[in-house]
This record gives sequence, structure tokens and C-alpha cells, in this order.
Amino acid sequence: MQKSVIWCCCLTLVFFAGCSQPPKPSNKLLLWHWMTDRNDTFQKLALQYQKETGIEVTVELFAPSDSYSQKVIAAAQANVLPDIYGILDKKSIVAVFIKAGLVSDLTAAMNADEKSWKNSLFDKALADKRFDAGNIYDVPPGIYGVPIDVTNEQMLYNKKLLSKAGIKTPPKNFDEFIKDAQALRRVGITPFVSGWGELWLLDCFASNYAFNIMGEDKIFATYRGTVKYTDPDWIKVFNVFAQLRDNGVLIDGIVTKGNKYAEQDFALERAAFSFNGSWCVNVYHDMNPDLEYGVMPPPPMSTDFPLKIWGSAGSSFVVNDQSPNKDKAIAFLKWLTAQDQQVILARETNNLPSNKQALLGVSPILGEFAKGMVQATHPNIWPLNEDPTVSEAFDKGIQDIIIGEKTPSQVAQDVQMVKDSQMNKGKH
Amino acid sequence: MGSKIKSAAIFKDNLQNFFFVLPAFAIFCIFYIYPFYKMINLSFYDWLGIGPMHFIGLSNYKELMGDHLWWDSIWHAGYITLIALTFQNALAFALALACDREIRMKRFYRVVFFIPPVLSEVVVGLIWNWILNPEMQNGQHIGLLNHFLYTSGFPQLVHNWLGDPKTALTTIAIVNSWRGFGWGFIIMLAGLQTIDKQLYEAAKIDGAGTWKTFINVTIPMMLPVILVVMILTILGCMQVFVLILTMVNEGLVNFTDVPVTRIFSAMQSTNRFGYACAEAVIFGMILVSISFITKKLSDKAKQV
Repeated sequence: MQKSVIWCCCLTLVFFAGCSQPPKPSNKLLLWHWMTDRNDTFQKLALQYQKETGIEVTVELFAPSDSYSQKVIAAAQANVLPDIYGILDKKSIVAVFIKAGLVSDLTAAMNADEKSWKNSLFDKALADKRFDAGNIYDVPPGIYGVPIDVTNEQMLYNKKLLSKAGIKTPPKNFDEFIKDAQALRRVGITPFVSGWGELWLLDCFASNYAFNIMGEDKIFATYRGTVKYTDPDWIKVFNVFAQLRDNGVLIDGIVTKGNKYAEQDFALERAAFSFNGSWCVNVYHDMNPDLEYGVMPPPPMSTDFPLKIWGSAGSSFVVNDQSPNKDKAIAFLKWLTAQDQQVILARETNNLPSNKQALLGVSPILGEFAKGMVQATHPNIWPLNEDPTVSEAFDKGIQDIIIGEKTPSQVAQDVQMVKDSQMNKGKH
Repeated sequence: MGSKIKSAAIFKDNLQNFFFVLPAFAIFCIFYIYPFYKMINLSFYDWLGIGPMHFIGLSNYKELMGDHLWWDSIWHAGYITLIALTFQNALAFALALACDREIRMKRFYRVVFFIPPVLSEVVVGLIWNWILNPEMQNGQHIGLLNHFLYTSGFPQLVHNWLGDPKTALTTIAIVNSWRGFGWGFIIMLAGLQTIDKQLYEAAKIDGAGTWKTFINVTIPMMLPVILVVMILTILGCMQVFVLILTMVNEGLVNFTDVPVTRIFSAMQSTNRFGYACAEAVIFGMILVSISFITKKLSDKAKQV
């Protein structure tokens, strides 16, 4: 009996000791991702890499992205992150990962061979992964991730539906857009659809107009707390949505619509315009290969400032700084973002490649999206971001305007109240 | 000497028993006690989910007390629960009574009534999203409900059910009841079948009609079962989440928020893990209190 008890104790000790065994360098890499549509191509590329180098890359998919995000945070807490992974979160959270020593600085690798790797990638996509000197997050300056594709969010128009309403060219400004929407309504076509049940997409559309109406300095001044949301320019931004509502531009139920449903509506020609990201090319191709559509930036409301769209690294990977296979992981990412592999990824998944040279191989519609990168910006490259609680109040306030519950001025006051409360708490 | 041997034997027995219980105890501590302790502990911190944690005492709780969106979400969950307690359970009881009698195809009805709860909440949400779709294409309503209302001569009732703050929560509550009534139906049917038939015969001999038999025999005998169904309904409905997420995504402004969506939003959208834990602690306390009160009522009812 005593022997059995001793055996039990030993087994328990071995079990717990085994849990904390440190990893050793090997010819195997583990990659975690969330991209269901790219999984097959990743698997194929991993096999090709093994044939070329003898290094086995195990690609593990965890979807949907919300669950993946939680998994990465949990793995970071337990220090069991894989060699290569992605952080699907705000830059402030990425900064915490870096400061915890969980992300490698790739600057040296990027700058090697006369910056060949760095120069091959879209600068705006890299900017998303770069922390400059004196950044507000106190992260040592460097490049901390590799974009494997780029994305931007723009408006799309259905050529057939526009011509049904007698519209020959897509609108050049907001007034023309409203007139076109009215013309579409007259022939029984829903003008506009988007997945504004997902707040980030609504936030993206609103910030496009904020840049256009007041320029970036005033936006960042608002985030710092020196300009109020009750400022007439912010009310103009909120008023964009009141105008869209009053002129019957929006599809019914837009504020609870998920982007998947919105994509379905546009692909099945239930609406003439949509606001979506460049990944939609793949989605629309699957849903309706005959869909004839074009890409345009949201029609500007003002000529005072340029309208900026959101665009940056679409999906990107980081290298685990604790990994014993760090160098091999960096080499794999360099290979993955080289022109040949990027052409394969772009062709098979219809996403914009992060490698500039691979753009030559993309479809014409993706080429139109690529043009938008010139006017692209992204919260991840802004000098500062709004407090998430204020952003939530801002986005929900816009929903309130769309469903006619509140006026732009009321929403402006509500958002400013939340802002004041967060500023008082010293959260900003 | 003898007592020493005896006490050594008792110690050995206890040690053996301890090692038999140890795995279960360890699992319980690791997966239940520790996370519970950790959640309470985290509620006193300001934490992004990773990185440094800042102890802020009761600040999260203080903020929570004044967070009207949180208390609105409790009210919304309460409203959904109220609809389930009344509409859902009344329907479940009525159908259980009908299926307890000798009617044709009763086995078929039992299966049909149990289909909604077997379906995943995601599937139910997607089906009802299609039924309630407010859009039109080529002059036709896409949603089944609006199409039915329009074609059956009630165009004035055509509505954006999930897009209007006046109807969104009630619509979700009804869909939730539709999904949930099957559980109540099965439990109540099982309860009805355990009632001794001699009681009904005795009531009949005493001259009691259908209504009197129902009030004086069926209801008292079913009371414990009804209370169990009520507790399960309350605990299930207060924690409704997936259905809301699939039907209205991140919510119709804040009109469809429930406690679990607020907790999720605090963790996912604003990365306030400490605040989310404080919400979870308060919500847990509310659920425990409700269960305790219902249990007390149940005990009293049994005594009567």
C-alpha cells in the first residue's frame, strides 16, 4: 500500500514537472492563425517550405477571430505562445505583448541586405507594425510584425443597378451620392448596405468623414481632450448619418446587420452601394462570380481636407521572442512575404499582397483597391487613439441617430459626457 | 500499544481515503475554486488582460453602481426572463397537458415540440434572422414574417422587428421562449405522468369537474415540478447571450444589451478585464440571490 502511495506522489510530481519543461530548438515551427479562407494556402505553402528547407511548419487554425484573440491572450499569460502568431488587437495591447517580451523586434532582419525585405513591403502596412522613437506606449523603437497582406475599406458600387437607375458614373461627392440614392429609391433599388451591426465598420466610415470635415489635427486634439465632441465639426460628422437616414439611403436594419449579411446583400444585388474591406473581392467572387462592380472612396462631403480611408496591414504575424526557433521563424516569414509566395497568396485568396512587386499579378478589381492605399490611414499608426469606452459611446450614438432615437447634437453631448468622465478618471 | 496500532491503522485509512479523493479535489480546486477566486481578485484591479495590473480597490464596483447601461442590461435580461416565465412556461404547461391526454399522434407532437431546444442557439438565431428580415427586393418582402403579414392583408403590421427599439427586445424574448419551451414541456410532461391516476378518479367520484380537478389535483401535485422549471428558466434566460449575438450582432444601440453581452463587451471591445470581472461578480450574486429566494419559495410551497 505504501508503495502505491509513493508511486502516486511520484507520478503527480512528474506530471507537474512535465508541464514546465522548457522548449528546445528544433527544425519544427508552430504557427497559429485565424484566417479560415487562407488556411489551405498556408498549409500548401508550409509543405513547399519544408521541401525547400527541411523545416516543418505546422499551421494551426483557430477561428473565429474573437476566439483566436482570447486564445492568444490566455497563451501569453501561460507563456505557451507558438513560434509565430498574430495579435488581433489594438496597438496598445500589442505594446503590452512587446513589453512582456513576447514579440521579437524584426528591425535588424528587415534592414539586412540593404533593407531588401523592408523595401519590398508596403510602407503603410509596415507602419502599422512599427513603433517610432518616443511613441506613447514606451516601446523601444522597431518593427515588430510582418504584414502578409494589406487591406483597405472603401465603397463599392454595382454597375448594373446604377445603370438601371440611369446613373452613368459613380458619385464624386456626398451631394451627388444622395441624389443617386434618391434615383435608386425611385426605381425600387436599396441604395446602400454595410455591416454596421459590427461597430468597427461604422467607426471606420465615420472617421473617414471626420478626416474630410475637420482634418487629422482636430481629431487628435479631440482625443487629447482639447476639442469637444460638441464642436460644430463633430456635429457635421454625426449629421452625415442623419442625412443618410433622412434620404432613405440605408438598407432597413443596417444597425444590427453583420458584415456577412451585408456582403450577401451586395453580392445578391439587393443594394447598389456597399462599404466594405478589400477582402470582399474573395467573398463576392464565391457568392456571385458574375457580379459587376467597381471601387471608389466614400464620396467626400467637404473640400477642406482630404478624405482618408482606413488601410494598413490586413493580417500580420509576429515572432515569439521567447521561441528557441526565433531565427527560423523570421526566415519563414521572410520567405512567406517574398514575391513568389505573395503572388500565390493573392491569386488563391484574392487579398491584396503586402509585397509591392506581387501587385502585378492581382485582378483588376484588387488593383482598384490597391490605388486606395495612397489615401490610407489607420488607428494603429495614429499618434494616439480614443479611449475605447468613448469610442463605444460614439459608435452607439451613431446607431441612435440612424434609428432616429437621437439627434446629432444629443449624441454629441452624450459622447462628450462619457469623454469628460473618462478624462476625470485619468483613463486617457 | 494496542491503541497505537489502532490509531496508526486509522491514520493509514485516512491517508488512503485522502489520496482517493485527491484527484477530484484537485480538479475541483483548479477548475472551480481557483478561477472563482481569481475572478473576485481581478475585480479589484485595472487590467488590460495582459501586462501590469493596477490595484484600484473597489473602484470597479463603485463605477458599476453608477453604470446605467449595466443596470439597463439587468432589466433587459429580467424582461426576457419574465416573458419566458409567463408565455414560455404557460405554453409548455398547456402543451404538456394536451400531450398527457389520449390524443392522436401524441408521440409525433412530443418530438416536434422538442426540436427547438435541440437546435443550437446560433441556428435558431440565423433562422429567425431570415424570418424577421426587414428588407425588400423587387418589391417583395424577403423576410417570411413580413411577407406573410403583407400577403394576408395586414400591410400595416409589416415592421422592422429587430431594428426598432420598441420591438427588438420583445422579439428576442419571444424567439428565446420559442427556443426554450421544449425543455419545460418535457419536464412538465414527465411530472404530469407521475401523478397518481387514482387521485383523478377520487376527484371524479367526489363530483369535481375538469376545472376543479385541475386546480385542486393537477396544480398542487405539479407545484414542485413547476418550481424546478421556473428556476431553470430564470437561470437560463438571465444568461441569454448567443441568441442576441446572432440576431443583433453587437446590439441595437444599448436596447438589447444583457449582462453577459456587457461583460463580453467590457473584455472584448474595451479590454477592461477588471471591470468585466466586477460585472461578473455582481451578476453571479444576483443569480445566486434569485436561486436562493426561489428555493425558499419552493420549500414553503412544498410545506403547504
